[in-house]
Amino acid sequence: MPVFAHIGDFHYLCIICYDYRPLLDNHADKNMPGNHKAVALISGGLDSMLATKVILEQGIHVEGINFFTGFCVEGHTHAIRKKSHSQPKRNNALWVAEQLGIKLHFIDVIDEYKGIVINPKHGYGANMNPCLDCKGFMVKKAKQWMEEHRFDFIITGEVMGQRPMSQRKNAMPIVARESGAYDRLLRPLCARLLTPTLPERAGWVDREQLFDFSGRSRKPQMALARQYGINDYAQPAGGCCFLTNEHYAAKLSDLWLTRGRKEYELEDIMLLKVGRHLRPRPYFKLIIGREEGENNFLNGYRQRYTHIRTLSHEGPTALLEGHADNTDLKLAAQVVARFSQGRMAPSVKVHVTVTNGETRTLDVVPLSNNEIPASWYIGAA
Amino acid sequence: MVYRRGMTHHTLDARHLLCPLPVIRTQNRMKTLNKGDVLVVTCTDPGAVNDIPMWCRINGHTVIGTATTNNEIMITIRSE
Repeated sequence: MPVFAHIGDFHYLCIICYDYRPLLDNHADKNMPGNHKAVALISGGLDSMLATKVILEQGIHVEGINFFTGFCVEGHTHAIRKKSHSQPKRNNALWVAEQLGIKLHFIDVIDEYKGIVINPKHGYGANMNPCLDCKGFMVKKAKQWMEEHRFDFIITGEVMGQRPMSQRKNAMPIVARESGAYDRLLRPLCARLLTPTLPERAGWVDREQLFDFSGRSRKPQMALARQYGINDYAQPAGGCCFLTNEHYAAKLSDLWLTRGRKEYELEDIMLLKVGRHLRPRPYFKLIIGREEGENNFLNGYRQRYTHIRTLSHEGPTALLEGHADNTDLKLAAQVVARFSQGRMAPSVKVHVTVTNGETRTLDVVPLSNNEIPASWYIGAA
Repeated sequence: MVYRRGMTHHTLDARHLLCPLPVIRTQNRMKTLNKGDVLVVTCTDPGAVNDIPMWCRINGHTVIGTATTNNEIMITIRSE
């Protein structure tokens, strides 16, 4: 039997099972149908698009918000890699908003999000992904936006059981509680598997028109998309955050280990997305562009790092992060030469510019593949 | 482009920023503008050519010009 404690306006918390119950609905505006507004967390993926569409179909005014943490996979990556230039570029969150005919508000949370990444209360998932804390943080920010703009409830595209951390059945109440959103958080795609929320109880939305999707399968969402005539959408499941990527996680761990503290700036996490990262010595790392787009991107940082490029053969741009003496610079040049068109040549001319502006040209013998230990690679080779 | 009397001209340097930062900077700057003001955003992110106009359409502002010089894109927006 639940034992309730008063935790806020009209909400009571069972102190045994930590499930919350709204005891009174007196505050609910039951007599003004069609007059309510929802704010939707829009990632740009299919689920958030469908969740928003479901609510729009019920005549609710919806506006979207998208949080920029710095760890987004799309956008940056597509802009950097030149081979992607033949494909149309778009910000999927913006595209979803335009398709649905709703406004979208970007919220820059780079600084606030650091605490979530560095010290998540609920820990990390398989890699460096603090998904449960992240979701709670974003819904909390959505709640703040909702209150500031006098909206009524929040919607997300969460589907019970779809993600292994934040969308477990027992995790979803945690998000609602710790964000402070409680029953103003509606998950249209799986609402019928959850306790009715305020919008449902108050009649703002018809619960019968919501869904009971669950599990890892994407088929229900794709079927719903077809039903709505939605044929184009971003990758349907996950993969939107670099923190879930094991190679990126390895690079971020290396960054923190090398610095001796868990901190980062936007520039740091941007550079982790680009190039091959090798650590030939504990005190310096090379970031080597893999193609023209990455080389151009790395060139933008050349004023702040020692940078290396091949002269005699086509090759990558590389940044050197850390401290390197003359011997180290020669080694770095040999590594960079290995990834140039001159990898099999007896000698490659390499230009090195140190951070103090000093430049030098070196003739080096490229390292062979066998001379670059696997242990030098941070993340993927 | 013709500048009309009373139109205030603003500029935003969003070079070397990648998606979605050019859009975010544009959004935040547009909040400070009055109706009729013009903002010229300079970017180097190729995606901005699509993203910023899309943001404008969604939020009811008007792109009145786009120009590309070398690797820089200049997008001129009128606040509505």
